[in-house]
Amino acid sequence: MTSAMRHKAAPRTGVDWFLFFLRGLLLGLVTVGLGAFVLQQIDPANPVTEWLNPGASRLSWDAAQGLIVSGLSQGAMYGLIALGYSMVYGVLGFINFAHGEVFMVGAMTGMITANKLDHGGLWESNFVLAILIAVAVSVVCSTLTAVVMERVAYRPLRGAPRLIPLITSIGVSFFIQNTSAVLLGPGAKNYPRLPEGLSDRIGIGPLEIEGKKLLVLVVAAASMSALWYLVERTKTGKAMRAVAEDKEIASLMGIDVDRTIVTTFAVGGAMAGVAGILWGILFGSVTEFTGFLPGIKAFSAAVVGGIGNLGGAMAGGLTLGSSESLAPQLILEPLGVTGHTQLKDAVAFLVLIFVLLVRPTGLFGERLSSEDRT
Amino acid sequence: MTSVEHNLQTPELAPARPVLDQDWRRIARFGAIGALALIFISLTDMPDKLDGRMIVEPLLSMGYFSLLWVPFLFGNLVTREVVLEGMVAHRKGVRELLAGALVGLLSSLGLVVLIYLLDTRDLSEPLVNWNSDLHTVLTFGEGNGYGMGFWIAVCVGLGLLGGLFHLLPRLVVQPLKAASIVVLGAVVLESALNDLSEGFGLESLFESLFKKGSDRGGLSVTGALVLAAFGFAWVFVLNAQVAKGKQVFQQAKERNRSATMTVSSVVGVALVLILPMYLGRLTNDLLVNVGLFLLLALGLNIVVGLAGILDLGYVAFFAVGGYTAAILTSPSSPGFSPELSWSVAIIAVVGMAILAGLFIGAPVIRMRGDYLAIVTLGFGEIIRLTVRSDWASGVTGGAQGILNIPNADVFGLFSFKGTDPQQMLYLVAAFCALAIYVSWRLENSRIGRAWMAVREDESVAEAMGINTVNAKLQAFVVGAILASFSGAIFAAKVGSVFEISFKILISIVILVVVIVGGMGRIAGVIAGALVLIGILGGPNQPGLLSEFSEFKLLIYGALLVWMMLQRPEGLIPNVRRSRELHQDEFLQDAWLRKQVDEDEAGGEGEVAPA
Repeated sequence: MTSAMRHKAAPRTGVDWFLFFLRGLLLGLVTVGLGAFVLQQIDPANPVTEWLNPGASRLSWDAAQGLIVSGLSQGAMYGLIALGYSMVYGVLGFINFAHGEVFMVGAMTGMITANKLDHGGLWESNFVLAILIAVAVSVVCSTLTAVVMERVAYRPLRGAPRLIPLITSIGVSFFIQNTSAVLLGPGAKNYPRLPEGLSDRIGIGPLEIEGKKLLVLVVAAASMSALWYLVERTKTGKAMRAVAEDKEIASLMGIDVDRTIVTTFAVGGAMAGVAGILWGILFGSVTEFTGFLPGIKAFSAAVVGGIGNLGGAMAGGLTLGSSESLAPQLILEPLGVTGHTQLKDAVAFLVLIFVLLVRPTGLFGERLSSEDRT
Repeated sequence: MTSVEHNLQTPELAPARPVLDQDWRRIARFGAIGALALIFISLTDMPDKLDGRMIVEPLLSMGYFSLLWVPFLFGNLVTREVVLEGMVAHRKGVRELLAGALVGLLSSLGLVVLIYLLDTRDLSEPLVNWNSDLHTVLTFGEGNGYGMGFWIAVCVGLGLLGGLFHLLPRLVVQPLKAASIVVLGAVVLESALNDLSEGFGLESLFESLFKKGSDRGGLSVTGALVLAAFGFAWVFVLNAQVAKGKQVFQQAKERNRSATMTVSSVVGVALVLILPMYLGRLTNDLLVNVGLFLLLALGLNIVVGLAGILDLGYVAFFAVGGYTAAILTSPSSPGFSPELSWSVAIIAVVGMAILAGLFIGAPVIRMRGDYLAIVTLGFGEIIRLTVRSDWASGVTGGAQGILNIPNADVFGLFSFKGTDPQQMLYLVAAFCALAIYVSWRLENSRIGRAWMAVREDESVAEAMGINTVNAKLQAFVVGAILASFSGAIFAAKVGSVFEISFKILISIVILVVVIVGGMGRIAGVIAGALVLIGILGGPNQPGLLSEFSEFKLLIYGALLVWMMLQRPEGLIPNVRRSRELHQDEFLQDAWLRKQVDEDEAGGEGEVAPA
């Protein structure tokens, strides 16, 4: 019996009405906010805007494209992290809460390498080589973290009740966070300064993109296509898809399930490592808590795109990134919410809740193994 | 006589197994993990930072203890043999000793390499603890050779000792364990014991055990010996007495259940009433923190332990309670400030908690378990971020928080001063008693059984006619109310509320308390709160081991993973829940037992595999 059938059969309860109301409220909020924004764009002196948000001004195209570009570049980063969540959920059916920490390890080791290279002078003299080395180091470290994590914490729990590995992963996440704080010292640590050229704006069509954001988009696209090639065109990828579909049958077909799961963790870790470097390029500093919020947002992105669906994870990341960057300006500000940028993170969570209420399988549909689908 | 009965009397041992390749691999693996563990612990700077707290005054500090347990434990574990029911253990001998010593040697190499590198390389750039202090602690300031030799000798010795534990008879191992537990327990509880001895006028007893005038604390050598002797005596003499007393109590309990329950609760209440008067300020304050977290943990226990809903945003209800109480009672709350008395505010707090429970609960209860966890976490963050934002600062004070929260005043009869831990302890204890009573009654009620049914299998529960949606919502609401009580008391205690007091971190710490204690069992949750919050401390509150404050979150994380892997049912498990978690083993045991019974009935007297 599918959930849709059950919904039809069951009479509406108080909870259903409440949910109906909540969906309506969220949708209404979005519509009214967007409407108010349109009115504000047409004429900031119209009565509705005067009432909702006195003293408003038009959003200039310059500011808007800044928001769009930073939303997209952050979204691409979320998408890269989301791939790890999505793949592990597809294969093992649990949320690897500690994946955000794998990303943090990537950003951290990238920072350490970059600073070492800066000391040696390579960062200034040959930036491309230096960033390649940093990417390599952080990818290796993230991958190792993910693999060790799987071996130590998750493999002994195969077949345990669903919540057990989830709670374990919370513990792992906590442990890695605090390990970083104790070994490397708490607080923010800075990346070396990026070369001057990267903050110049480059015009592409109607958009003018800052060099570093373009770099982030390019790197994300390249990693995504490499991943797509790995999953869809190689034997390893085939094994991964088979294990995600049905572990038992896959093992009957001669696939080493444990090894494939390790590969999945490793690939997810590598993507998180790349994302870690991108974080460093975008924001320039990293703390031991860097992994927490982006991790949860990336999971939200995976859900928004449909969990287990790799293209969906990337699309979900872009959706989430741009909505968290645009929604405060487009919806909250016209409604007269003061300090709307402070609510950026809250918007990301609201998007998650909204998607789960309206379309629990995500925008592009989820792909889960046979036992998780029920 | 069948061999089964024989087994029960004197364990029969199979001849020692030949040494296999896999044994060498096992030794290498344990040695490598031990070496890495030693390096890791050294680099966290535990040996240096914890050197300020002694276990036995001139001999051993917690700093060195943080390293020394590694070779001992790994030397012991490397030859641990899991004896399944119906199987026979192998004879122990020199190989256990040798394996232990080898593991000790291998793990000491970690420290040897570390000492050498500390001396020759400078890695202080990423690793903040890479400094000469650590080198001095590891080499005792006597040079590399001395340090390396010391650690090799000590680690080999401890590994050997770990292996030796397999050879010693139970009669020796048991008292040794008891003695070390008593000694370590006394050291951990040092400041509480100091407080207690002052309250009861027993300073002389305290001073005879602990080193006088030592700013690093710790037992004196004689004190340690006395306590160890006490531990020995416990096993040989008292253990039997205690067991006998327990039996008498059990029998009495069966004969007259309600009377024994009354007696024990009266004793408990009397203890809680009297004890705070004899405790010092610090210990009382510590117990108030334990009580606040216990209240939260009892609430989460209903949500996670009984109904099986993993709520990671539980701190949201704590925040709702704290902020509601603060806004209603404080004269300086911005926007809306009715300056009600605390006891009136608590009614509003309950109302708000119910609303918040319904509001957060309703959207999430239909979701899959893990989605639910993330979404509740999201709600927790949304509430915190909203409270902090400028938008809501007209009511909540934004980042400035709400100050000047008055004392907790109960209908003009009592006034509990927030700055006086003794008074707060009475208040917290009263609410904890209420929460324990409510949890206990709910657990054995119709709705409690409905929760457990939902936890075990939702579809089956639904088929049995349980309204699962309502049951889960009720769990959410009850949990929310208990957490909001804790929040209201917290606000009155601290006298101010800020959004930073309501971070997600708190949810996770409460979850650790519930899980380590034992999900779904009240006694377990109480034990968890006492042990973790009391000894290690809460996220922002110091515990008895205040030196550990830097490491406590690390330990919480490690503990959570370790518990989930080794003992998911917790320290004091709930019987039904532990059976769920170990279903495979239970089935296997049941199968073996059946086989044994059949074999006995058949008169063959042979246990299947030997």
